[in-house]
Amino acid sequence: MSLLSLSHLTVRRGCCPVVDDVTLTVSGGEFVGLIGPNGAGKTTLLRAAMGLLPHDGQSSLAALPARLRARAAAFLPQSREIAWPVSVEALVELGRVPHPGAGAEADRQAVDRALARMGLQGYRGRIATALSGGEQARVLIARTLAQETPLLLADEPVAGLDPESQIRAMQVFAALAAEGRAVVASIHDLGLAARHCTRLVMLARGRLVADGAPAVVLTPDNLAEVFGVRAYFAQTPDGPVFQPLGVIR
Amino acid sequence: MRYRLLLAGLSALVALLFAVSLLVGPAALGLTESLSALFRGQGEAVVLVMREIRLPRAILALMVGGVLGLSGAAMQGFLRNPLAEPGLVGVSSSAALGAVIALQTGIAASFTLALPLSALAGAALSVVLIVALAGPRGGALALILAGIAISALAGAGVALVLNLSPNPFAAAEIVFWMMGSLADRSMTHVALAVPFMLAGAALLLMLGRGLDALTLGEDAAESLGVRLGRLRMVVILGTALSVGAAVAVAGTVGFVGLVVPHILRPLVGARPSRLLPAAALGGAAMLLAADIAVRVIAPDRDLKLGVLTALVGAPFFLHLIWRMRRLEA
Repeated sequence: MSLLSLSHLTVRRGCCPVVDDVTLTVSGGEFVGLIGPNGAGKTTLLRAAMGLLPHDGQSSLAALPARLRARAAAFLPQSREIAWPVSVEALVELGRVPHPGAGAEADRQAVDRALARMGLQGYRGRIATALSGGEQARVLIARTLAQETPLLLADEPVAGLDPESQIRAMQVFAALAAEGRAVVASIHDLGLAARHCTRLVMLARGRLVADGAPAVVLTPDNLAEVFGVRAYFAQTPDGPVFQPLGVIR
Repeated sequence: MRYRLLLAGLSALVALLFAVSLLVGPAALGLTESLSALFRGQGEAVVLVMREIRLPRAILALMVGGVLGLSGAAMQGFLRNPLAEPGLVGVSSSAALGAVIALQTGIAASFTLALPLSALAGAALSVVLIVALAGPRGGALALILAGIAISALAGAGVALVLNLSPNPFAAAEIVFWMMGSLADRSMTHVALAVPFMLAGAALLLMLGRGLDALTLGEDAAESLGVRLGRLRMVVILGTALSVGAAVAVAGTVGFVGLVVPHILRPLVGARPSRLLPAAALGGAAMLLAADIAVRVIAPDRDLKLGVLTALVGAPFFLHLIWRMRRLEA
């Protein structure tokens, strides 16, 4: 079942397109890694797909009314903003804002599940703004999980996390996909993307240049063309291993 | 649970201060005498004092303080900045300009409500301007800058009126009005201002969920289903209605909208939705207390309400900043 479909999505900043004619469909069960160098248009693509930016072309999410969209997809922005010193529990509870009729008990359970998934049970009463940057990032991911939407769009969710938290977060996203939901996350760490994503979408200068399984997308040609690097990529008994080795331009 | 206790405690405090406000004044009336006059008596001097002088004064202190606290909390929540205050959108200074023009031209003396109506007209004009400048599609920054520009313009207008005032007495009248006071207000003032304040407060109290979601920033709030353009319009209109009416009947009373949300924020777990009703009650309590204080401290000197709130509010604010600085260091 398709949870997100973009057709000829284009976003212009001034005259030049930042996202250029992207057509893409994401279905339940997929964990899509959105990759591309800085300025490739990953953030703009995610924001336009959510309907947060004026755009040409269609996004199935942007076409929904605000209230329904908030139940169809959760969005984790790149800027990790926590304006007030609220408790972790209160912050994660904000994920329940789109479900006003769910009832206190359902809300509490959703918050519990989200905290448990992110391993944050012990953080409930802590003040969110007093946590470290990485801990705040995990709390904010938990907020999107508490929203319990079929689709999650996350802008660099694992940037700045320690290795354990990075792997755990990627496993949470993969588990969501395995449950039939879908995750689209922009990721700079190609090693993590290659190991955990079911599908990679590669952007360069706003255009979609490759789309498919990690092994299909992370070819030496694509890496040289888009990232300007060469890399070691192999299937090992421990799963796929990807390591950038050097620059080539 | 703690939150309910806090609201109950604040409500009790407001009720107590309201009662005290009814009992304090230059006419030395006994407790039972004044209360029975308020509810039962007819025609006697005591009844007039209670119903026509003290009751409107207490009601206005309650309402003006309430909307100042509430709109301060809403403005801080919307801009995600603890230094925001209700005057930021330029409504207070524009209402003041309207009132000052009424005083200067003598319209104020022609009928009772001339001054507050003129102030309301000033507030309305500033809202039209600010919506045009930072309306549904403008960002928070556009709102702040437009508010600063309108405040500056209205301030310049007030200065011009003072500059051109025909004699020192007219200038003194204007200056004293601008210091803010609730003395000698009548039930007519209450009838004029309270509907606006109630309407504005009702708008602002609806904002809880949206302001909570804004804790995560504008993009996240929008993705949670909050319509930011609508939220911004409700903040502007709610603040303009309530604060415009408050300034129209009480003059400019500073610091309540800034300090009260700040004091109460830690007690409500910093959640903007919970801060709204708490700040309304806190503002009402603070202004009732201040209005009692001006009558007790200097019964025959007509100490102005705005002077007292600033005198007490500013050092208190400095203390808060001092404490915050130590916590952050």
